[in-house]
Amino acid sequence: MIQGKGRWASVMLPALFLVAFLVLPLLLMGVMSVRPRLQGGIFNTDWTPTLDHYQTVFESGSFLPLLGTSARIALLVGCLATLLAYPLAYFLVFRAGRRASVLLVLLILPFWTSYLLRVIAWKIILGSNGAINSFLLYSGMIEEPSPLLLYNRSAVVVTLVYVWLPFVALPIYAALLRVDRSWLEAAGSLGATRRQTFLKVTLPLSLPGVVAGFLMVFIPTVGEYVAPILVGGTRGSMYGNIIETFFGDGINWPLGSALAFIMLGCVLVVVVIAVKTLRVDRMLEES
Amino acid sequence: MTSRPGKVLPAYYLLIVFLLYIPLGILFLFSLNEGTALSFPLQGVSLDWYRGMLDNDQLLTAVRNSAIVATVSGLMATLLGTLAAMGLIRLRFRGRSLLLAVALMPLLVPFLILGVALLILFSATGVARSLVTVALAHTVVAIPYTLLIMMARLIGFDRAVEEAAADLGASYVYTLRRVVMPMIAPAMLAAFLVAFTLSFDEFVLASFTVGREPTLPVFIFGQLRFANRFPEVVALASVVMVVSIGLLLVAERLQQAYSGRVTTQRSSGEGASA
Amino acid sequence: MGGASVELIGVEKRFKDTVAVDGVSLHIAAGEFFSLLGPSGCGKTTTLRMIAGFEQPTSGVIRIDEQDVNDVPVNRRPANMVFQNYALFPHLTIFENVAFGLRVQKVAKEEIPSRVADALSMVQMGGMEGRKPAQLSGGQQQRVALARALVDRPPVLLLDEPLGALDLKLRKGMQLELKRLQREVGITFIYVTHDQEESLTMSDRIAVMDRGAVLQVDSPLDLYDRPRSRFVADFIGTSNFLEGHITESLPDRLVVSVNGIGAVSAPRGQIPDGHSGPVTLMLRPERLTLGGEDVNRFEAVLEDTVFVGNDTLFLLRLASGDPITVRYQNQTPLVSQTRISVGHRVWVSWPMESSVLLV
Repeated sequence: MIQGKGRWASVMLPALFLVAFLVLPLLLMGVMSVRPRLQGGIFNTDWTPTLDHYQTVFESGSFLPLLGTSARIALLVGCLATLLAYPLAYFLVFRAGRRASVLLVLLILPFWTSYLLRVIAWKIILGSNGAINSFLLYSGMIEEPSPLLLYNRSAVVVTLVYVWLPFVALPIYAALLRVDRSWLEAAGSLGATRRQTFLKVTLPLSLPGVVAGFLMVFIPTVGEYVAPILVGGTRGSMYGNIIETFFGDGINWPLGSALAFIMLGCVLVVVVIAVKTLRVDRMLEES
Repeated sequence: MTSRPGKVLPAYYLLIVFLLYIPLGILFLFSLNEGTALSFPLQGVSLDWYRGMLDNDQLLTAVRNSAIVATVSGLMATLLGTLAAMGLIRLRFRGRSLLLAVALMPLLVPFLILGVALLILFSATGVARSLVTVALAHTVVAIPYTLLIMMARLIGFDRAVEEAAADLGASYVYTLRRVVMPMIAPAMLAAFLVAFTLSFDEFVLASFTVGREPTLPVFIFGQLRFANRFPEVVALASVVMVVSIGLLLVAERLQQAYSGRVTTQRSSGEGASA
Repeated sequence: MGGASVELIGVEKRFKDTVAVDGVSLHIAAGEFFSLLGPSGCGKTTTLRMIAGFEQPTSGVIRIDEQDVNDVPVNRRPANMVFQNYALFPHLTIFENVAFGLRVQKVAKEEIPSRVADALSMVQMGGMEGRKPAQLSGGQQQRVALARALVDRPPVLLLDEPLGALDLKLRKGMQLELKRLQREVGITFIYVTHDQEESLTMSDRIAVMDRGAVLQVDSPLDLYDRPRSRFVADFIGTSNFLEGHITESLPDRLVVSVNGIGAVSAPRGQIPDGHSGPVTLMLRPERLTLGGEDVNRFEAVLEDTVFVGNDTLFLLRLASGDPITVRYQNQTPLVSQTRISVGHRVWVSWPMESSVLLV
């Protein structure tokens, strides 16, 4: 398939591209985070590295608690989406029979519609003259629209679980597909109850898929800033919103970079722990 | 394990799928609603917003921009993903697992961070932000998907087929053109469609790397302030939804049809007629 | 068509620090049905792939039709290959699969349909032209793979365990058919297999390989009756082995003292003059008689009888404690013929010619 110069092209082209547009930008962000705030823009090279921005982050009482909030929300959203998705994947693999592939597509389709629109849909549903409120008013169940539904963290969590739920089902589905039915039958014939078979055979075997699914939600949610803007309001702000503000308006790139780097570090620590303990890397390579 | 009919799981599946589609259905309803307010009760059915959408030049330009970006980044990601997959599967070289790790890294880094990092890169190198920079950003995040799709295809690729072509006298180029390409083309198309869809809908990276010309999600986000134009956006979204669902169904089909054929070919043990 | 000779001279193949093929020299005559036989990992497939041109020998020379082909790339070598899993092009029809070699070799367009039809009818697959490989059974794919490899009339056909994926019955049928086909087209077949019965059935000559080396090249009959090493004797057919040493060298025979049971007469066979020291005595189970009067005659205890359809196996133990198996064809009701039952003593005997000595 590849010979001679083709060998090099096949490796070097993608490698060079990834270095230029993935590795280098992240390195530059690292450099930016230890650069003092300077006049003269980015081309001013006359500076010495400083940890001031990291110090600011750690000393200010407002940044780290927000990172904790983001992590908690991400954890909550990840767990909820995974828990809700697991029975769906289980149903598709073990109970749905021949229709499984159709039913899987039906489940995944919402994920492939516009992310922004799906978030906005919840703004409409939860808004004070939104679907729930206006329906409740219309039907006479309440007399005043309730403003409690929108612009808080619960709204963010509900929206994000909705956004990610179909996507999480995919890796769990793939992991369950690899569980050979004869193993389950073997467990049964050895005297295991359905419950025991699930806990001792099915669940451990599908754990890599569960972890992959969890990470696929956890990672983007830690960095989420769009849903907080649209449905979270000021009460629903997350760590990502500060980073976005520092960059979006060009106020303080070095501090923003430090904040971003701290977040990246936290995400990678979580990923490494999850991958090392459960050997998800092998599964990622396979799938 | 599998014998009990069990009604709980099917019911649960139906409930979740129902809940997943409700918000989409509500959006769709509002695209047909006569009024501009996104609230109940509906004020009568009309196709005004769909007509308005077709007259909204800014909106249509944004669609066109997104289509260009998605096509370019889809092609680049498919090419780079295919090359990398070939290299990773067929060659043994130092740094092989490093390349795989870096290529899959966009799955592990929040897009916000990638967007910020690319913003720094482009401003440090003096590259003006434009649709080109958006396409580059989208290529980076689409590579893990195209790479995984192509690796899955190539792992199942029987190397003896290439050898058979060479053995029958075909040159390297002929083998690549007439044997390898036709066999992996469906997977490449599937990879392209996934990358295209990813780019078409991507907002976070685009918002950091976009120039004066907005992509569709960037445009939509900007329109959220203007309630009276919003139904047009929702109308467009309904159209886009249908189109992208169509594309993904095609991609799914291509992948399944192909892997299906390969497996039947490989399970040749049962000797039938003679 | 007509075949071409194939010659390997001191061919060696190393992969990093393992030696896959260790100095193999073979001369395969034009038009011969030649098998490379050995257990998996013995280097037979690597040898075949070097002849095809998929692997380059680390050292040594390969000649096809008396031309050195070491530097000839695979697509220019006058040898076609039939692959283990057929390697049919899944995206092409049967017709296009078979026509592939003709097209790349720029055979005149008008000629292609008739040649494809000829090749397909040769393997009895006429009428399948429009189908895709996935629509065929394993046996049918096998035939198409053969037609594809034969259509451009190569002087040498290389077959890499081509029947390995078929079930037993189909395999037996295809063995005979391959043999017929080879005689018809008259080209050189080089056939790789680990199935000794398959190679005995089809081959003119067989090279038995083990750990990268060729141990013996002979006709099936000679390999069976005159193996030159214990490995060959063990790999081809089934054998009893007894250890001993030469005590007497007579003009017409050797006398061997077999440990624990006594003197056995044997033809000199391949034992060199003046050889002393230990030898192995090989006895084919079907050449032994129970209760006979032959020159070599020893007492044994019957431990079990095993009925295997055509044959019955008698599992016995000699006074030395060595097991020995005797095989009878079930032509007549055997039990009544020998009138022995488990636990009884019985004479095991065999004529001198049935003794085969191995160094």
